[in-house]
Amino acid sequence: MSGHEHSHGAPAAPTPDAGSSTARLLFTLAFFGSLGGGILAYTYQQTLTPIRKFAGEKVEAAVKEVLGGPATIDTLFLVGDKLSQELPAGADVLEATKLFIGFNEAGERIGVAVEEWTPGFAAEVRLMVGFNPTTGALTGFKVLAQTETPGLGDKIAKDTSFASRFMGKIVNPLKGTKNPTTDPSTVQTLTGATISSKAVIKVINKAVETWKPRLEAYEKGGGK
Amino acid sequence: MTAIGVEIAVDAPEPIVPGAPSPQPLWLDFWRGIADDNPVMIQMLGLCPTMAISNQVSNGLGMGAATLFVLVCSSLLISSLRKVIPNEVRLATYILIIATFVTISDLVMQAYFPLLSRTLGAFVPLIVVNCIILGRAEAFAGKVGVRRAVADAFGQGFGFMVALLIMCIVREVIGSGTFLGFQLFGPHYEPWVFMIMPPGGFLTMGLMFLTMGWWGERKKAKLAEVAK
Repeated sequence: MSGHEHSHGAPAAPTPDAGSSTARLLFTLAFFGSLGGGILAYTYQQTLTPIRKFAGEKVEAAVKEVLGGPATIDTLFLVGDKLSQELPAGADVLEATKLFIGFNEAGERIGVAVEEWTPGFAAEVRLMVGFNPTTGALTGFKVLAQTETPGLGDKIAKDTSFASRFMGKIVNPLKGTKNPTTDPSTVQTLTGATISSKAVIKVINKAVETWKPRLEAYEKGGGK
Repeated sequence: MTAIGVEIAVDAPEPIVPGAPSPQPLWLDFWRGIADDNPVMIQMLGLCPTMAISNQVSNGLGMGAATLFVLVCSSLLISSLRKVIPNEVRLATYILIIATFVTISDLVMQAYFPLLSRTLGAFVPLIVVNCIILGRAEAFAGKVGVRRAVADAFGQGFGFMVALLIMCIVREVIGSGTFLGFQLFGPHYEPWVFMIMPPGGFLTMGLMFLTMGWWGERKKAKLAEVAK
């Protein structure tokens, strides 16, 4: 910052021609490494709360959306291949695989929501899927992550009319077709994005097929 | 042969000063980064993030701001420590300093601009290996005083942002029919989706370089005419 520094033009040589001692090199790298590490540890701690808060809110918003605005939500955790109300000690709530159960004001179960994924046209297509386990009817889905082709495949996330084609369909399992349909278990795919549309259908089928038996086993085992 | 070889090896660690940039007024250090020595349009550096994230104006602003932050902070630190950092490990030290600032900006973005952070994805952490930053550290900040280094960093950072925004505006307006997410042309406009996909990026970048080249040639011709 000093004024004379600038008027010098070029500063003096920082190191002697003979080179620096190994100790000095080691010290320099160790110093900058640990300084950087210390600063990052502090930044990490300061940003951890908002980052986790956002991740939690994102999931909660998705669950509410796919269940059509439940009054209360119960969370079950997948431990091994069984559902449990308790998270195993030491496990991270955000990392754990979860099933969300939504209830209306009267306390009746309106549906369950789970996160599932499958490879799409480009990379993974990850959805929050909401369905009624009693009837098998879909209550909604929300795309959590996708990298499908902009303008074509990414309509699975951006085109609301595509999502509405799935409303109330019975997963038995779900099938796709290129033509308009009124069949309760068939959905019309997007023009130009058949693979992306089918990926959505596949995730939904996978969600119901994997999670319905788990939920039934849990309820048989005395879970509420 | 061997004797000469040994001699060269002994002489190898050169003092940094000979390569130092010639003295110039501070405003020129700043302005050079935006126009005559623009990192993207003239130096052709940082093309990878420029191609990858330039399909939305918000991306360009976020990426530009993150790069500017890293560039200014690392140039400031590297320039003020240039007499302390041994020549032999200067690049490793620069990378450590740069990586620290990049990670800070990545974490802060994740915490306070989560949606932007999600669309930029891996390209924020990848600022570490952005040639613009290491290039400035090695060619400029490590050899000049703090004020010049900071002026240069601001110039290069804004220059990068300007180039990004040119790409982003062209691609978003044509490819999505929006500007910063606002509809521009009403519901009947059919966006030319091609522009927000990678080929559209190459096309836009090519046209941008073409314009810059034409402009540079014209400037040169005018100067030659004046010289006559």
